[in-house]
Amino acid sequence: MISDPATLGRQLLGTFLEESFDGLERLEAGLLRLDEHRSSELIDELFRVVHSIKGGAGAVGIVELGALAHAMESVLDALRRGEPAAAGTTSLLLRGVDALRASLRERQAGRSTPADAHAQLAAQIEHCAARGSAPSRGPAHPDTRSPTAAAWRIDIAPGAAPGAVVIDPIKLFRTLADLGELAVDAELTALPDLARFDPGRCYLRWRATLPGDVPRAAIEDLLGWVDGAFDVTIVPPAALAAPTTGEPAPLPAATGAPAVAAGESAPLPALTGAPASAVASAPAAGSIRVAIDKIDQLMNMVGELVITQSMLGELDGDGPLDTARLARIREGLGQLARNTRALQDSVMRLRSMPISGVFNRFPRLVRELGIRLGKEVVLEITGQSTELDKTVLEKLGDPLTHLVRNSIDHGIEPVADRLAAGKSRAGTIRLTAEHRGGDVVVEISDDGRGLDPERIATIARQRGLIAPDAVLDDRAATQLVFLPGFSTAREVSEISGRGVGMDVVRRHVEELGGEIALDSRRGHGTRITLRLPLTLAIIDGQLVRIGDRQFVIPLLSIIESVAVEAPRVSQLAGACEVYRLRDQLIPMIDLAGLLGMPRAPGADNRVMVVVATDTGQLGLMVDELMAQQQVVVKSLETNYQRVPGLSGATILGDGQVAFILDVIALGQTARAPLSIAA
Amino acid sequence: MTHAHSQEQLLTFFVAGAEYGVDILRVQEIRGWSAPMPLPRTPAFVKGVINIRGDIVPIADLRARLGLPATEPDVTTAIVVLRIDHGERSTVRGIVVDAMSDVTNVDAAQIKPPPAVAEAAGFAAFARGIATIDDKLITILDVDRVFPSTIAPVGGSPSQPPPLHTP
Repeated sequence: MISDPATLGRQLLGTFLEESFDGLERLEAGLLRLDEHRSSELIDELFRVVHSIKGGAGAVGIVELGALAHAMESVLDALRRGEPAAAGTTSLLLRGVDALRASLRERQAGRSTPADAHAQLAAQIEHCAARGSAPSRGPAHPDTRSPTAAAWRIDIAPGAAPGAVVIDPIKLFRTLADLGELAVDAELTALPDLARFDPGRCYLRWRATLPGDVPRAAIEDLLGWVDGAFDVTIVPPAALAAPTTGEPAPLPAATGAPAVAAGESAPLPALTGAPASAVASAPAAGSIRVAIDKIDQLMNMVGELVITQSMLGELDGDGPLDTARLARIREGLGQLARNTRALQDSVMRLRSMPISGVFNRFPRLVRELGIRLGKEVVLEITGQSTELDKTVLEKLGDPLTHLVRNSIDHGIEPVADRLAAGKSRAGTIRLTAEHRGGDVVVEISDDGRGLDPERIATIARQRGLIAPDAVLDDRAATQLVFLPGFSTAREVSEISGRGVGMDVVRRHVEELGGEIALDSRRGHGTRITLRLPLTLAIIDGQLVRIGDRQFVIPLLSIIESVAVEAPRVSQLAGACEVYRLRDQLIPMIDLAGLLGMPRAPGADNRVMVVVATDTGQLGLMVDELMAQQQVVVKSLETNYQRVPGLSGATILGDGQVAFILDVIALGQTARAPLSIAA
Repeated sequence: MTHAHSQEQLLTFFVAGAEYGVDILRVQEIRGWSAPMPLPRTPAFVKGVINIRGDIVPIADLRARLGLPATEPDVTTAIVVLRIDHGERSTVRGIVVDAMSDVTNVDAAQIKPPPAVAEAAGFAAFARGIATIDDKLITILDVDRVFPSTIAPVGGSPSQPPPLHTP
């Protein structure tokens, strides 16, 4: 255990920052949901997040956040009590989130923002809380939870005894927060200037307040175990004659009021309610969360490495360096090279993280751009848990942001235009990520106006990008947007027309070893597909049995599974069977035949898995549906080569290999017979 | 590179009664027989893939590759896992053999080029030479050529559906 308070302080700050960034992300996501799904659980959670940031900031001595966090807390508290929200509350709170985040970033960089930096915003938010609460509470009461006379005051100062047990004050405050609503202020007056600063000492003092209805015994119980580490003074509610104001008075000497019974060792209560328990796997700067099994795999690799090392070590004895020994050394070196490569692979796998880290920023972006441009936009996101290499993920942010902005700015029409075109009021932007083959495919599609091939061709001619007499079909014309120096916006708009065009996006994607494709239908929308490499892929799969073998169908592509009823099967003129499912005719794919397996006798009791492909729906015939599970995609190309119809393989729990079907490739097969039949 | 040494070490094994050897430095490990998962639409000599500590490793049947009749695997059947170089890239692949034999040192002088008749027998493509040790003949396989660098998918036979990728 580290017992140096300065190190501890840094660690404390680090932990606080990391948790706060996570918290702010949840807060942001939650606020965006607030307008549609206003539930008490959601508001409670948001309140808790702000509350722990506020408490934590006080505890680590970040004073500039206090007023702002407090104001946000007030607003959320008012909402929590069911008071109506004033218009624009959510936007104000989102601005609060930005301000908090900016201040914390400064802290992270070792700087601090002025204490009154957010005063104006805080006042606005306070005002908002006051308005919101006005109808039910009569006169405006900006600080709904300002301390009343009935509150416990707890003064905590570092213990006098050197070398005493070190206790994490944040833990202490969290424990206290379990008792009731806790407010903590840090006092920095004791901080000496840098020259006299003793890194071995703690100069911070804290003043905490708890509601007056908390029993004294409960507080003493919790504080009993800090004895020696901190000097604790508990001032009962009655002793606080006047309500305390926001300005903390200087702390009294630690010996003033009765201290907690010394030597009493209360059991350490479970530290529940800590924000860490509910934290989503969001990436914090400089640290990642890693699944246990990845670590286990790494341990195995290191085990093999140690064996190799000891084998090489044995060769390092006395005796002549003859050919036999040389050969064994070479052998050992070869093994070392293999181990190293395997270890490298494993470490690379540690680096893969869910794409939600990038996707999470878009709800906010879409909301704000929509408001600014006066468009109604709905964002649909699927496949957030798709994993990608951290580096790829980090570099994906900018191109994706650009594409989403493009969709809102150029793609989605204003409401009036949409209604005139017979579309729904709100435009939809779809953001999906999935594993396809050995790649990760990210798609951004919208149902907006699509690209105008004629205008693109005209502009390309004007700019001399294509020959004046060049004849292009629509598809070729739309691809011209990838040419350097191309931008179709009639005017340079603030949102996306900054001279950065699709060519830059393409270059970014290609730098990552990926590909970009654009598909647009005029009046119907645009779809942009990014194909990115990955180091490790995990997909949700449906295990199916065909004959005596198991295969995996990616769950994402499955629409439904039906038991086949013979009367619904009809033979088309080609060699293709179709299945009548409700109003649709679905081509049936005989997987066993396609995979060169002996045909199972009788198709009567078989199951048809309906999958979506880019050419429509297909029915894959299987013998049995088995478990649904997450599978790790292993490339067949590592040691072999691409096999048509398979996107990879996986290893099942019993060590068996199962192949993952490439639904897209299967769709291409099915198209040929169908077009003959049609 | 191994030719520069006067001696080399071979891992030897039996296939259809004849003894074959591979450069021991190319051997990653030797495993007992476990049934591979067959790959769709691949030539018969590729038996499928197996799981080796999380890696998907293709397995070639040496009998089929050498044009010898197939047999059922038994207790002595083994899989020799080899490292195969294709230019810059290297892969791990396995070959099925009837039984393991020995580790043998051979002098370069004991290795003769494969005889001309081998051409007709079809395995000149994989044989690097033939070593004579005492009375034994050991065919030394060139592991990089046991698997061709790309294996074309098998076209549809009459009983099979059309190829997966239609033009």
